[in-house]
Parts: sequence; C-alpha cells; structure tokens
Amino acid sequence: MRPFAYVKPVDVETAVLAAAKPGAKFLGGGTNLVDLMREGIERPDTVVDVTGLPFDTVDELPGGGLRIGAMVRNSALAADPRVRARYPVLSQALLCGASGQLRNMATVGGNLLQRTRCPYFYDTAAACNKREPGSGCDALDGFNRGCAILGVSESCIATHPSDMCVALAALDAVVEVRGADGTRRIPLTDFHRLPGDTPEIETTLAPGDLVTAVELPPVAAGSRYRKVRDRASYAFALVSVAAALRVSDGIVTEVRLALGGVAPKPWRAREAERLLVGGPADEASFRRAAEAELAAATLRPDNAFKVALAASTVVATLRMLSTEGASR
Amino acid sequence: MTEMRMKVNGSVESLDVEPWVSLLDALRDRLGVTGPKKGCDQGACGACTVLVDGMRINACLALAVQYDGREITTIEGVAHPLQEAFVRHDGFQCGYCTPGQICSAIGMLAEYEAGMPSAVTESPGLDEAEIRERMSGNLCRCGAYNGIVDAIMDVTGR
Amino acid sequence: MSIDYVKPEQATGTTRYVGQAVDRVDGTAKTSGQARFAAEFPYPDLAHAALVHATIARGRITAIDTAAARVVHGVVDVLTHENAPAMKPAPKMSMLNLGSIASSSSVNYLATDEVHWNGQPVAVVVAETVETARYAASLVAPTYQELPAAVDFATEKHNAVPEKKGNPLLEGGADKGDATAALAAAPVSVDLEFSTPQYNHNAIEPHATTAVWDGDHLTLHDSTQNIGWVRKHLAQRFGVPEKSIRILSPFVGGGFGGKGRAWPGTLLAVLAARATGRAVRLALTREGVYHTVGGRTPSTQRVALGADAQGRLTAIVHTSVSRIARVGGLPEPVTTATHHLYAVPNIHLSHEVVELDLLTNTFMRAPGEAIGTFALESAIDELAWELGMDPIELRLRNEPERDPVSGKSFTQRMLREAYARGAERFGWRDRDPRPGVMRDGRWLVGMGVATAFRGSIHMPVHVTVRLGADGKLVVRCALHEIGMGTATAQAQIAADEMGVPLESVRVEYGDSELPRGVGAIGSAQTASAAASVLAACAKLRKAVLALAPPGSPLRGRRIEELEARDGGLHHRDGGQTYTEILTAAGRDHLEVEHKPTMLGFLARTVRDSRRWVKATTGAQFCEVRVDPDTGEVRVSRWLGVFDLGTVINARTAASQLRGGIVMGIGMALSEQTLIDHRTGRIMNPSLAEYHVPVHADIPHIDIDYLNEPDPTMPLGLHGIGEVSITGAAAAVANAVRHATGKRVRDLPITLDKLL
Ligand SMILES: Cc1cc2nc3c(=O)[nH]c(=O)nc-3n(C[C@H](O)[C@H](O)[C@H](O)COP(=O)(O)OP(=O)(O)OC[C@H]3O[C@@H](n4cnc5c(N)ncnc54)[C@H](O)[C@@H]3O)c2cc1C
Ligand code: SF4
Ligand code: FES
Ligand code: FES
Repeated sequence: MRPFAYVKPVDVETAVLAAAKPGAKFLGGGTNLVDLMREGIERPDTVVDVTGLPFDTVDELPGGGLRIGAMVRNSALAADPRVRARYPVLSQALLCGASGQLRNMATVGGNLLQRTRCPYFYDTAAACNKREPGSGCDALDGFNRGCAILGVSESCIATHPSDMCVALAALDAVVEVRGADGTRRIPLTDFHRLPGDTPEIETTLAPGDLVTAVELPPVAAGSRYRKVRDRASYAFALVSVAAALRVSDGIVTEVRLALGGVAPKPWRAREAERLLVGGPADEASFRRAAEAELAAATLRPDNAFKVALAASTVVATLRMLSTEGASR
Repeated sequence: MTEMRMKVNGSVESLDVEPWVSLLDALRDRLGVTGPKKGCDQGACGACTVLVDGMRINACLALAVQYDGREITTIEGVAHPLQEAFVRHDGFQCGYCTPGQICSAIGMLAEYEAGMPSAVTESPGLDEAEIRERMSGNLCRCGAYNGIVDAIMDVTGR
Repeated sequence: MSIDYVKPEQATGTTRYVGQAVDRVDGTAKTSGQARFAAEFPYPDLAHAALVHATIARGRITAIDTAAARVVHGVVDVLTHENAPAMKPAPKMSMLNLGSIASSSSVNYLATDEVHWNGQPVAVVVAETVETARYAASLVAPTYQELPAAVDFATEKHNAVPEKKGNPLLEGGADKGDATAALAAAPVSVDLEFSTPQYNHNAIEPHATTAVWDGDHLTLHDSTQNIGWVRKHLAQRFGVPEKSIRILSPFVGGGFGGKGRAWPGTLLAVLAARATGRAVRLALTREGVYHTVGGRTPSTQRVALGADAQGRLTAIVHTSVSRIARVGGLPEPVTTATHHLYAVPNIHLSHEVVELDLLTNTFMRAPGEAIGTFALESAIDELAWELGMDPIELRLRNEPERDPVSGKSFTQRMLREAYARGAERFGWRDRDPRPGVMRDGRWLVGMGVATAFRGSIHMPVHVTVRLGADGKLVVRCALHEIGMGTATAQAQIAADEMGVPLESVRVEYGDSELPRGVGAIGSAQTASAAASVLAACAKLRKAVLALAPPGSPLRGRRIEELEARDGGLHHRDGGQTYTEILTAAGRDHLEVEHKPTMLGFLARTVRDSRRWVKATTGAQFCEVRVDPDTGEVRVSRWLGVFDLGTVINARTAASQLRGGIVMGIGMALSEQTLIDHRTGRIMNPSLAEYHVPVHADIPHIDIDYLNEPDPTMPLGLHGIGEVSITGAAAAVANAVRHATGKRVRDLPITLDKLL
C-alpha cells in the first residue's frame, strides 16, 4: 500500500484536528480500510487511528434508549445483553456479518462507513465512477448480480454492504458526529447518500468528521433480521430484511422495515410501512406492501431476481414476527 | 518507522516497522513466526487467525502498529488439547489452514464461554450447528470441516 | 465377470497398519506451526517479488513506465520485456517431453511486448520487503495497443471445433451403433443442455516460490504438486542441467491440480533471482493466483438419452464444448465417464473445443469426470422422472457387465453393491418419490443420488528403502504431500511389508534429490508409489535373508517360507531380528532400490489397457433442504459409498473422500469464476467473492467403502483423490429436483434459479 503517516490520538480534539488535514483518514478496526489501501483504492497520507478514543462503551439513555460508542467492536455490541433483549434485530444483523474474527476487529464507526463490494470498484483496472469519478460504470453492463435495484442512478448501482446499518435504519438510530464545528446528530436514514451524479460522495459527513456514537431510541416491537446470501455464512447479503412488528388483534399497530442488499444505502421501506400499519397482519398484505415498496425498482439483467427475493424475504420475516411474536 | 513492542508467544519483541506493515507480515517476515498463514491477505479465509490478548482476529487486516503493547499468541505459542484432537479426528489435510483453525477455535471457545451469541444461537449448548457457524470464518479447501468440528466437540466433552 | 487373476504382491506378514486409521505422521508438525511451506524459508539476502498484471486481454505493450516504481525506497529492480534476461522459449508440447506438459502456456514471459490474456504478468518488481514490492508494482504503468480478443465463452462457443484426435491424455469421442436413430425411435427420452462455469482450485496456500541461485545451481522452495515435471521444465527454460536444480516441497498447502504445472510465478521468481543475484521469494497474491494459474474450463453439454418403457437405455448422446486458450491449455475430456457407466447399444460421444484469449485452463480434481458426470447423472435422473422409475433402479437396470464402448472387462465393478449398501444406510426407502412433498417445517426436503466414476492410472516410481542395523526403515522417494497423507500411507505399507513398528519407518519425500516420484496428479501417486515400495521391500527381505549368518534359523530357507514380523524375518522354527542379522553381518545398513523402466512400464500399461478398464466408482447420496421463500439450498445429509480397492488408511481416506464431496458441493451450489465478457478479466478474484463452501455449508458427510482389493493392482489399491467429486454436483441437483420439482441445468444452483 501507499506509504502514510500513522497517528493514534487519545482525545477527540486531537483526532478531529489530525483528520482535518487533506488526505487524512480515520482507522477503526482496519478490516475495510486496510484491505482497500492494499488494493490501491484508498490512498490516505495520514491514518488517524481512533481506537484509542474513549468511545468504546454502550450506555443507557434516559427513557430506555442506548448510546453506542463508535469504537465499540461489532462482537461486543452483538453480545451486549441490553442489545440482545431490546434490539434483537441489531444483534442478529451484526452476527450475520463477516466472521467471528472480523467482528472482533470491526468498529461501529467503521461498519457505518465501509465501502461497497462492487467488483468493479475493487478492480483498479475497471471503470468505476465511485472510485474514479467520471470514468464510467462497468457494472451497468457487467456482473451486477449483487447490485442495487432501488435508489440507483445511471452513474452507480452499487449497494451499501453493511448488515448492521440495515438494522440501525429500521431502529431509527441517530448518528452523533464530531466535526471541526462541534457535534451534530444525523438520523441514520439521512447519513448515507444516494449516488445521483456523485457516487463518490457516500455520506453526509464533511471531511474530517468523526463518528462518535450511535443512539437508539426505545423500541417496543419485537424485531428480527433475515439475511439471504450465496452461502450459509461469511458472505455479503444478496437481500436482507430488518423488521420490527407489533400486532394487536390481528392488526398491525407498529412496523419498521428496512432492506439491505438492494440499495446504495440501508433502505428504510417507508412506503411498505405506510401500507401495513392499520391493516391485517397476514401474508397477502405483507406481500402487497413489499411489492409496493419494490415497484420503483430499476433492474439489470443479473439482478432482476432481487425483486422477487426481497418481496418473499420481507413476507417471510414479517410472517415469522407475527406468528412467533418476539425475536426468535 | 515506528518502534513498537509486542509480546509474541510469551516473549517480548521490539521491532521497527513502517505503519503499512500488517501484523501478519510483521510476524511472518520480520519475526520469523510463520505459523500464521497468508491465504488471501483480505480477511476472507481466516488462515492468518491469531489471538490478541486471547481474542481471535485476522492478522492480515491488522496494521502491526495498532497492536503495540499487546500480547499475541500464534499457533507456535499454543499448547492446547485441540491440537491433539485435530490429529485424532483428522481435522486437516494439507495443514495450511490448520494454525488458523486451531487459533480460531480457541478464541471461539472463549467467546462461547463468555456468553457470546451467534447467528444460529437458538438453544443453549455448543452443538455442531453452533460450531459450524462460529468457525465459518476459517475456510478449508481440503474440506476437513467434519474433522475440525469433531475435534472441537471432542475437547468440549460433547 | 471373468478376470485373469494377477496375484497382487502382498505382505508376507500379517497386515497390521494397512487399512487402519493411524494418525498422520506429520500431524504434530501441522498442528504446531512447525510445518514450513514454500514462502517460509528465510535467506539472509532474501528479496521479495511482486507481479504487475496486464489489464487488457490481447495486444501489445507500447510503453512501460517504471520510473515511479524504481524510485520507491527499497526497490531492487523492475523487470520488464525491455530489460529482463531471456528465458528459453517454452518447449513445444510433446508427450515424450514431460517438461513440455509441465508448461502452462506457450508464452515467453518478459521476452516480448505481447499480451495474451488479461492478467498476464508484464513486469516483476523485486524489493527488500513484500510491502514495497507490492506497492511499487502498483506504480508500474504500461500503455497498450489493444487488439480484438475473443474472451466470452458464451458467445464464442459457437466457434468451437471438434477436438483433435490422438491426444493420449484424453479419452476422446466414441461412436457405437446409431445413437441418433435409436434416440428418435426411443419411446421415452430426454434431451437436455447443461452448462458449468469456470472453477478455480483455490488451494488455501497461494502459489509461492523461493528461488536461490548459486552459480548455475538453483535451489527452489516451490509449492508444487509435481516436482519432476517442474524441474524438467525449469531446466529447459533456464538452460541448466536438471541435476543442478533442487526443488524442495515437503509441505504444499493444497493443490487439486492447480499446482501441477510450471505457472508464471515460479518461472518469474527464478528469472528475478537470476537477474538480481538475490534470493527471491514470490508469493502470489490471491488475485495473482486467479490471474496466473488456470482453472477448470467452463463447459456446455448436451445429454440425450433414449430408453424403452422398462427403462432399458437404447441411446446415449453426450457432447460437450469446452475451451482452451490460444496460448495453450488442455482440452477437458468431459465425456470420459459416459464411456463406462451404462450398458447401451447406441452411443455417441464427442468434444468440441474453442480457443480463447484467456489464461490457459488446466486440470482440476477429476478433469472431465467432475463436470461430465454432472450432466450425465442429471440427465439419468431426469429420465427416471420421465419413466416414473426410482433413479437407483434405473441405474441398476443399466449396469453393464463389460465396458459399454470398448467391450473390455472391468477389473472390478461393485456399483450394485455400493447402491444397495448406500440405499440401506441412507434410508432411501423413506423417500417419497413425489417432488416437493417432503418437508421439515417450512423447508422443502429432497433426496438425490448420482454415480461417481474416475479412471485409475498409475506411473512408474523409483524408490529406495534403507534398513538400518537399528531396525529402522527409511523410504525415499520424491513424492508430494499436499494433504493426502503421503508419508503416512507409504510408511504403513512399508511397516507391514517389513514387519516393523510404524514408528520405525521414516518416509523422505518432497525433494528432487530423492529418487524420482510421480506428480500428485490424476490420483496416481499413492498407488504408484505403493507398487514400488512393495517391490523394494520384497527385494530388501531377500537381501536380508542372504545375509543370514551361519547358524541362523533362517539359513537355507526360501523367502516364501518366511514372515516379516516383530522387526525381523521369522520361520515356524524360529527367526532373527534385522538388527541381529545386520550386526552379525557387520553391516550398519542395507539399501535396495526399485526403479521401473519407463519402457517396461509403458509396455505393461498398454497391455493392461487393452484388456481392462480400471476405475473407482461410487454411489453418492445427498439430501437437501430448500427454503421455499428464498430458494436457499442447504445440504443436510450426505453419504458416499465407494468402490476403491484396498484402503490404506481409513482415516485419511475418509478425509480425502469428504474433501472431494465438499468441493463438489461448492461446484453445485456456490462456486464460479466470473470472467467479464468485454475484457476477459476475472472479476471475483478473491475468497470473499468466489464462494468456496464454509463450515456452515457442510453437514456431517458419511463415508463408506467396500474395501475389496482390485485383483490387478499391487495391494489391490487405487488412487482415491478425485473420485468423490464426481457425481457430487449431480447428486445435489437431483436432490434439488426432488425437493422443488425444478431441474437446474446450469451450475451453480444459486437461489435465483429456484425463485
Ligand atoms: C471478508 C469480509 C467479509 C465481510 N462480510 C461482511 C458482511 O457480511 N456484512 C457486513 O456488514 N460487513 C461485512 N464485512 C465488512 C466489515 O463489517 C467492515 O469491514 C467493518 O465493519 C468495518 O469496520 P472497521 O472498524 O474495521 O473499519 P475500518 O476499516 O477501520 O474503516 C472503514 C471506514 O470507516 C472510516 N471510519 C472508521 N471509524 C470511523 C469513525 N469513528 N468516524 C468516521 N469514520 C470512520 C474509515 O476511515 C474507513 O473509511 C466484511 C469484511 C470482510 C473483509
Ligand atoms: S456500480 Fe458504482 S461502484 Fe460499481 S462500478 Fe459502477 S460506479 Fe463503480
Ligand atoms: S490471510 Fe487473513 S483472512 Fe486470509
Ligand atoms: S487442511 Fe488444507 S486447507 Fe484446510
């Protein structure tokens, strides 16, 4: 990889200052950044290791929510008893991601900001607007089986690969960010951007902005995560569904639904939610809602199957929640 | 160059490494600790698995400088009943993934003891399905998966 | 079935180790991190090399800018076609020159400006550290003039031409009767097209070479499964005598065929070491393995079967199209198994091949049969559906007495027994024959079977066996250990033959200085070496007897009367230990060799192949669960029952058979190499995106074998490294068909094909 300077600040001010320099990049567990640096895709001048910062705890919020430090490791978060009890969808999503070893390394902040696994993004010999703005998009007429069907543009159809973020999107998480001008709070669903004409800009962060925490509001509904992939474990999602559901007398009183593997960002399925609330908790309405959400899909030859797959995965997940009630 | 110290398999090592040197390359090329293997250098095979303060990680995606002051255990520093169990149950063929499998299994058992759930956790008990899911970060192209699972079951007394 | 019974050379003593599940002799080395692989040998002046790969499929390098790479601190040299010392051109492919078969392509690397495939090495950077080499390699900037290239198998397959006759590595096409007419007349028939993608071996150890020149003497630590061929090839390319090259490969991290030839990484490491005067290590990146080591060809296949209403086959048509590269490659003998599996009067088999501007293909575990059986055994299953007949019953009804095409005898054929035993053990009778009705909760359950078949070959092997006065035995032969337990198996045989404890036997292997072995390819190594170990031990026993001192109870005995046991030779009336005999004779050791001549060996092979078909076979049983919502397939149970001849080590044999099945499950469900149709570039050159099975994909695999020695083989033994991948993908596809009613004809069976 390209040579760089390495610093490991222990307080947030120094970290933000160090990262304000052009060409600086934060380093969490390194599981995505180190890989991309070795491939020559990321070429920072300075790497600011944030794992020494004091944001590695999960704390109670008044009112029953949780505040998750950005340096909490994915495995620790998945194992946290409060997360398992109150946000099973989040624990499950984390546990479906990567491998035991990688989850021990990966941080919440890094997971939020991990980059796409589009094969053309990964190959510096290919044309890719995200990696090399203006160079074109080889995925459009290439291998796009894993690519997105919602929220795409002509310049990029890559997915956001995170499982964790799909759960966070369903849970109305809020990301806390520390920048040069102080602290901001960004709802997770606004955190990632759709590609439009600038697929290289993936989030609403400004250069040098440090993610310090993710906050979860209390959620009463039972929730679960369902991930569909090409092998039984250790593979990215083709489609995933994070859902929370409350049913009373056969009627949906609360629903949260987010999809992974189908869009450039974790996709909160608001249209489906709107159709579901107040309606019967049955298979037909689950399907109708899922199909409505997916009606706007833009398909490529290889990824057209994702419409049917996403719809049935939504149905299956909601069915499970409505019949089993709780998370499992 | 960054000067750093690690305890590797019980002995303190000081070394000067550039920040772009991975923990895996530092171990293999700088310290001659070649037990951890390089199968992909991308976090995708688990052959490089080592234990850092008892926790399993992929050394190929770790920058060595990030592990200054930590205690690293590689297969060379392992003395565990699993090793014999791997031989007894033929939990390997070529042996290339084996150091990673064994280190991973040790880390995995510690995680299990500490109450860490997995994607298939339904009921208490470390059954075969649990072991398979928890060990899925370690590929074995020779296909010794059955033997590996049997070896782990064996040492856990199941 | 009538067979001339050739008495296998057999142990004179009681068998104690052969057949047992003994621990691997290298188990501790492998579980303690002591086993060293090719990239793990330190040298004081070691430099590291990295490859620069072409990014076009075909064309010329118009310029190659190395300035930025050269100024990186720690770069030793950058070799390109403009400055690299010349290697001799690749020898022309000839069956008489093993060095030429070892050649992985006709390209003369770094000698010309030509680019023949996307990913071809066009420069080598040598640097003080591996990080520097890799980084500097990323700064080498070639510019190209692109030429039109044919890279897309799907569109180019229509330009395929019939395979040239006379390739002795291939069981070519065949015609018997009139298959077309018989097919047209058949009351029941199926006619199906199948496709299989490119697969890559993906041994977990990426290919690595450490090359050290000392004058004209070369020492090489190489991850090869074929020391002999590679050495010959290097001698020819670097113009040095074979004996001045020493290849050391005691441990190789998996091969599966992918380490059977001299790939560019090995050549370029040697070249870089010669050019820089340094010891050079070139450990390929995972991506580098995909770009420089060929995989299994993709194929399209047609299988048409005709049968009468009772399910007796009347016609088989099996044709295939596969690919090689314009710069080399081996045509895949896709229809090999179809020659041998079913008694049918009308057979038409043929191959077509298309040449593409891609990296050459190469052999991979059971070349031909692995993918050929997928199509054939899927079609047989489909015919069973058409007939409304149990698929095992259909197979048994067409089980031949003699080889269907050639009319030769089988040396051994116990498929009926394999199916009978398997059906019982797997619980086949509990299978509801209707599709889509068996359930486990919401999961759809399906059960499928398929036949496994792999021809058996062996090669001449030179071994020496040395008996020390201390009673210890050393077997020496340049064999390979890529996971099959080579040393363990040969030690078991030698221990039995000489009647010594296993601990007293050491097998030396993995070194070209040792007597010539055989490549760990074609499942040939174990049986080939065993034949020579047996012969050498027989000689050794005679030599020991000849030394028996006056007064020894052995004196005057014929060797046939003696038994080798308890560390010596024994007769009813008494015996002596080796130590006693050698000590009395004043010898500290005795050494014998067995060195079959190539000519004698060929003569015997030709004679045998005129009389017999030798093969291993098996019955694969698979159960799957399919998620009706998502189409996800999970293999939930597996049983393989094999007819393999004698099994040397029950434990390592079971492991090897399981390994083939695991790879077969990968073939069936998740593996494929994605080659961009525009650029010929492999787009998933990583273990994250090329999905080999993980732990969670693999259930307990039940293995059973008949353990009947083949009467025509030494010890009754066959190689077993490949047979279990054959039929495996079909067994999965047939189980999926049963679970879902859907016949998937295009591998891999990813969930989108079941939605
Ligand atoms: C083989 C493999 C398989 C995987 N499979 C999955 C999967 O199935 N599902 C899944 O969800 N993920 C998967 N991952 C991805 C993995 O989850 C991410 O790599 C990981 O979450 C990133 O976290 P990290 O701390 O290591 O990030 P790093 O690699 O350290 O950083 C990633 C990015 O985040 C930025 N960053 C890090 N911390 C902060 C911060 N606090 N503030 C601002 N920016 C920050 C970095 O600058 C960098 O751009 C896989 C990865 C690998 C290698
Ligand atoms: S889809 Fe996006 S990431 Fe992929 S090649 Fe196109 S621009 Fe690049
Ligand atoms: S080498 Fe680290 S995961 Fe493969
Ligand atoms: S033993 Fe060879 S890869 Fe696992």
